[in-house]
Amino acid sequence: MDEAVADFQDNSSLMIPGFGPGQPTNLLAALWRTKATGLTTISNGVGFESADPDQKGLGDLVMAGRVKKVIAAFTASTRPSRTGTAEALVANGTLEAELVPQGTLAERIRSGGAGIPAFYTPAGVGTETATGKEHRDFNGRTYVMETALFADYAFIRAHKADTAGNLVFRRAARNFNPIMAMAAKNVIVEVEQPIVEAGEIDPDQVHVPGIYVTTLVRIPVGGVLHINRTTGMAIRQTA
Amino acid sequence: MAEEKQPLTRDQMAAILAQNMGYGWIVNLGIGIPTNVSNFLTPDQEIVLHSENGVIGYGRLAGEGEEDPDIVNASATQPVTLNPGAAIVHHADSFAVIRRGMIDVTCLGAYQVAPDGSFANWKTTNEPWNNLGGIGGAMDLASCAKQIYLAMEHTTRDGEPRLLEKCTLPVTAPSGVTLVVTNLAVVAVRDGKFILEQHAPGYTAEEIQAVTGAPLEVSPDFRRVAV
Repeated sequence: MDEAVADFQDNSSLMIPGFGPGQPTNLLAALWRTKATGLTTISNGVGFESADPDQKGLGDLVMAGRVKKVIAAFTASTRPSRTGTAEALVANGTLEAELVPQGTLAERIRSGGAGIPAFYTPAGVGTETATGKEHRDFNGRTYVMETALFADYAFIRAHKADTAGNLVFRRAARNFNPIMAMAAKNVIVEVEQPIVEAGEIDPDQVHVPGIYVTTLVRIPVGGVLHINRTTGMAIRQTA
Repeated sequence: MAEEKQPLTRDQMAAILAQNMGYGWIVNLGIGIPTNVSNFLTPDQEIVLHSENGVIGYGRLAGEGEEDPDIVNASATQPVTLNPGAAIVHHADSFAVIRRGMIDVTCLGAYQVAPDGSFANWKTTNEPWNNLGGIGGAMDLASCAKQIYLAMEHTTRDGEPRLLEKCTLPVTAPSGVTLVVTNLAVVAVRDGKFILEQHAPGYTAEEIQAVTGAPLEVSPDFRRVAV
């Protein structure tokens, strides 16, 4: 894992998938162990700090001041009783945040990976998120223009991969993974299962073609495979 | 003799939401009380549940030993089961489903709602726009689903009304709410009015009005909830 992120440049932008499952937990922990700083991150949420060194992730990088800007659908806790990671830092001006409706976030990423510079969506029209953005009417309805996102890096979590870089995701761990894998210059993938020879994955079953993938690394024995949502404990790779 | 006052539990609120689903609807359930709705749907309703993370056709919450770490609902943490015929898509396609207008109703939690169908659920303060908040998929859902149902507490912890003439918090959508289920009442939102349809056990229309920040029109069919 450490080798996979060794060349990571300061001040880079980074796509981080995951919606519960599907997070590149091991790559993030490896990034935490580097000195990389000045990041701009694109993710669904900002998350929380972790006490487990193997689960160090975006929340920890943010709190350590290594992130300059977060682009996310959740930048603050939805529960008044629980203060989110980013809130205090944004309030005191040390962290920039860009709050985006989740479907708009997904489409901005998809567009970035599809060569589309901008698009119109009805989401957010009439709310603060659309303030100052171009509006346009189509077929009697008002839409707001949103622009594409493309990053220097994407960290990806795949279930299966072959030596050609073709990726297969499992169940809801797919979430942002395929679109982020298409919307970054350097695509680094952690894989749950042993990496198989090219040809062993049926072409019809491939979710992301290998042409997008820069680096593949299998999650090693002892690496984090899943996280128990009730206890927060890591479930580890055994073989 | 008057029935003892009994505010509705979160499960009862979820059960009422489930009672208001039409046959064969495609339904999205948001974080909080709505995610519990999947436990109260009956097979004859033939509902297809859609979740923001791209799961189409999930079922009830997974029981002990049934959990799959890769199958969760919109909470991103609660394991759910998949029904036969389920399908998985990625996040952008999941919201394509939403923007295309496939969702018959989205059930969401909320802090405030007004008779014009506007509601607020992404920001707990009224500070100027500062890019802090928890929007999630609510704005996409609210602007594209055919109907919005809300599940919420009738008042704040301090007893202030959440059903108001006008939302004081920043809105998630300027219109679209058709039904509000609270711990005290079931309120339809129609023609710019709140219509009081049902009450929790023991509560009168006057008592519900007293903790509501906008006029309630009492339905001719006003009745006790059936849960």
